[in-house]
Amino acid sequence: MDKIELAHGSGGILMREFIENEIKKRFKNPFLEKLLDSAILSNKNKKIAFTTDSYVVSPIFFPGGNIGELAVNGTVNDLVAVGAFPEFISLSLIIEEGLPFEDLRKILDSVKISAEKAKVKIVTGDTKVVEKGKGDRIFINTSGIGFIPEDVKIGYEKIEEGDLLIVNGPIGLHGFSILVSRENIEIESELKSDTAPLNELWEKLYENKIEVHFMRDPTRGGVQGVLNEIARESGFDIILFEEKIPVTDEVKGLSEILGIDPLLMANEGKMIFFVKRKDAEKAVEILRKCEKGRDSEIIGEVKEKKHKGILKLKTKLGVTRILDMPYSDPYQESADFHLSHKPVSLRHF
Amino acid sequence: MKYLSEFREASKTKLFIEKTKSIAREKWTIMEVCGSQTHSILSSGIDELLPPNITLVHGPGCPVCVTPKEIIDTAILLSKKKDTILFTYGDMLRVPGSKESLFKAKGDGAKIKMVYSPFEVIEFAKNNQEKKCVFLGIGFETTTPSHASVILKARELNLKNFFVLLSQFRVPPALEAILKDPFNKIQGFLAPGHVCTVMGIEEYIPISEKYKVPIVVTGFESVDLAEGIFMLIQMLERSENAVKIQYKRSCKPEGNLKAKEIMKKVFKIGPQKWRGIGLIPDSGWILREEFREFDALNLLKEKIEEIEETKEGCIAALILQGKKKPFECSLFGKDCTPLNPLGAPMVSSEGACAAYYKYKKIAD
Repeated sequence: MDKIELAHGSGGILMREFIENEIKKRFKNPFLEKLLDSAILSNKNKKIAFTTDSYVVSPIFFPGGNIGELAVNGTVNDLVAVGAFPEFISLSLIIEEGLPFEDLRKILDSVKISAEKAKVKIVTGDTKVVEKGKGDRIFINTSGIGFIPEDVKIGYEKIEEGDLLIVNGPIGLHGFSILVSRENIEIESELKSDTAPLNELWEKLYENKIEVHFMRDPTRGGVQGVLNEIARESGFDIILFEEKIPVTDEVKGLSEILGIDPLLMANEGKMIFFVKRKDAEKAVEILRKCEKGRDSEIIGEVKEKKHKGILKLKTKLGVTRILDMPYSDPYQESADFHLSHKPVSLRHF
Repeated sequence: MKYLSEFREASKTKLFIEKTKSIAREKWTIMEVCGSQTHSILSSGIDELLPPNITLVHGPGCPVCVTPKEIIDTAILLSKKKDTILFTYGDMLRVPGSKESLFKAKGDGAKIKMVYSPFEVIEFAKNNQEKKCVFLGIGFETTTPSHASVILKARELNLKNFFVLLSQFRVPPALEAILKDPFNKIQGFLAPGHVCTVMGIEEYIPISEKYKVPIVVTGFESVDLAEGIFMLIQMLERSENAVKIQYKRSCKPEGNLKAKEIMKKVFKIGPQKWRGIGLIPDSGWILREEFREFDALNLLKEKIEEIEETKEGCIAALILQGKKKPFECSLFGKDCTPLNPLGAPMVSSEGACAAYYKYKKIAD
C-alpha cells in the first residue's frame, strides 16, 4: 500500500497496522508501548493520565450534539478509560475561513457546557485559521490531563478469566446519527448521538470499591473493534451475549436498512467495564442509578486463553461464532459488503 | 422490525431444527445456493445445530464473487478514459480485477462513483450530456429487471451518453452444471428466495424432475432457513422430488410477471463466464440487438484479455460447486484472506470462504 486511505483512520485493521508500523516503531518508549486510551505517566508518588485526540467529524452539527461537545467528551472519556479523574483540557481550533461566527459560538458554548458537566477546566489552547477549501469548516484537537489514585489498578494485565463485561446503555447511537445526517437519510426518528462525559460512572464505581480491571470507550471500530483489540492484547478470549447487548429499535431498523451491524458503529457516550465477576451485579446496580448508566447490562465474559485472544458472539440460538476485527469504517465496509444483500441496493439474490 | 424479528425468532428456528432431527434418518447432503443464505446460516449458527447426518454445502450464488476479472478490468479501463465516468454498486469497489480493484483505481484518480440505483446514473447522464456515463451492473435475476428498466428509460429519454457494462447470471443453468457432474454429491437444493420471487419456479421444475432432486425455495432469515431445511429433508426422506416454496410471503409460483416481461424485452439468454468456474452456456442475460447502442464495449477499441481465473492451489471451483468446503483448502486464512483474496469465494464477504473466514476462521 503506497498511499494513505480513509481506512487508515477508521479504527480497523489498517489503522492498527499503521500505528504499529509507522508510529510505535518510530517513537518507541514504555508509555506509548501499551497504546491505551491515555498514556499513564508517573513520578515518585503520582500517576498522571495524558491523552490527545483530534475531531474531524462531518457534519459538525448532528442530532444530539456538535463537534465541540464531542471534543470535550471524547477526551474526558479517554482519561476515564484508564481510571483517571479528568481535570484539565486544552482546546485547539483549526477553523476554515468563512465559518459563520454564529456556528463557532454555538460550538464554543457546547464546549463550555460539556466542560462544566465533566468538571474539567479548559486551561490552554490555540487557534489557527486556514484558507477556504483547506479544511472542513472546523477541526478541533483536545488534550487532557487527569490523575489516577494510587489504589486504582487498571490495565490489560489485570483482566482475568471470569471477568464480566458491562456496557452502560444501547450501542450504535452516535455512529448512526452521524450517518443519517451526513447522508441526508430521511427517516422519522428520535435518533440522537449519545455523546456524554462518563466520569460520573467511574466515580461511583470507584467510591463503591467495585473491582474494575479494564475500561474502554467503544468509539471508532465500535464494540466489535475495541473488544477485538482487548482480546488480542490481553490474550483472553471474550464472549459477547447477543441477547444481552442493548440496541434501540431505531438503531435496529437503520441497521437493517443500511446493512451495518450496530456492533461496528461508533459510540461517544458508552464505556465497557471489565469487572470482577463477584462485583458485576452490584456494579450494574450502581451504574443504573446514574443518568448515563440507566440501561446498563452485562453483555459478555472473559474466557480462558484458548485461542489467544479471539472475540466471539453467543448467538440467540446458543451457538458461538467469531466476531472479527473490522477492516475499516463500517460505512465504508457497507459499501464493500453489507449492502450487497439488503433490499435497498437490489443486489442480493 | 416486528416483521423481520418474527423470522429470526430463536425459539421458532430451534423448533424446526428439532423437527428436522426427529425425521432425518439417512445421510443427506444439501446445498444452499445463495451467498446470503450461507451468510445467514453461519452467522446464526444453524449449521452447528443440525444433526451430523445432514451436511450443508455452499453454492455459487454470490454475484460479486462470480463476476469475471475481465469485467473489472474493462470497467477500470473505461473509468480512465477521457470524459467517461463509471458508476457502480458499492460492493464492487473492492473486488480485485487482474491487476487492481476499482477502489485502488479511484484512489489513483479514475472517475468512479458509487450508486445505490442505476436510475441515479440516468439522472446524472441527463444533466451532464458532455460526459459518457457507464453503469457497471452485476447480479442474478433480482437485479436484471432493474437493469432492463434503466435501459428502457434511457431509450425513452433518447440519452446518447448512457452505457451499460453488465454481467448478469441465471441460476438454473448453474444448478444443472452442478448436477451434471458425475462427482456431484448434492441431493437437494435450498433455492434462492429473491430470484424465485422474480422468476417463479417454472424453470426449476424440469431440473427437479430430470435429476430427481427436491428443491425448496427458501428465504434468508434463520426461521426461513431452518424451515426450508426441514421441508427439504422431509421430501428426501419420503423420496419425493418436487419444487416447494417456503418463502411464500414473497414468492409466487409464477414469479413477477411484469419484471419478467421487462427483462425479456431488453435481454436474451446467452453464455456467461463465472469467475472460478468458467463459461456456462445459457447462464447469462445479454443485450438484445436492438439495444446494442447502450453497450459500453462500443466505447472501447482495446481487446480485453481472457484471464485464467483460479490461482494454483486454490480450490474455488470445487467450493463453488459444493465439492469441497473452505477449511479443506490449504490456502484458506493463510495466503488467501478477504484482504488478499485468491479465489472467487473469498472475493466478496458473501462468498463461502469469506463467510467461513468472518464467522469461523478457527475450527474449534
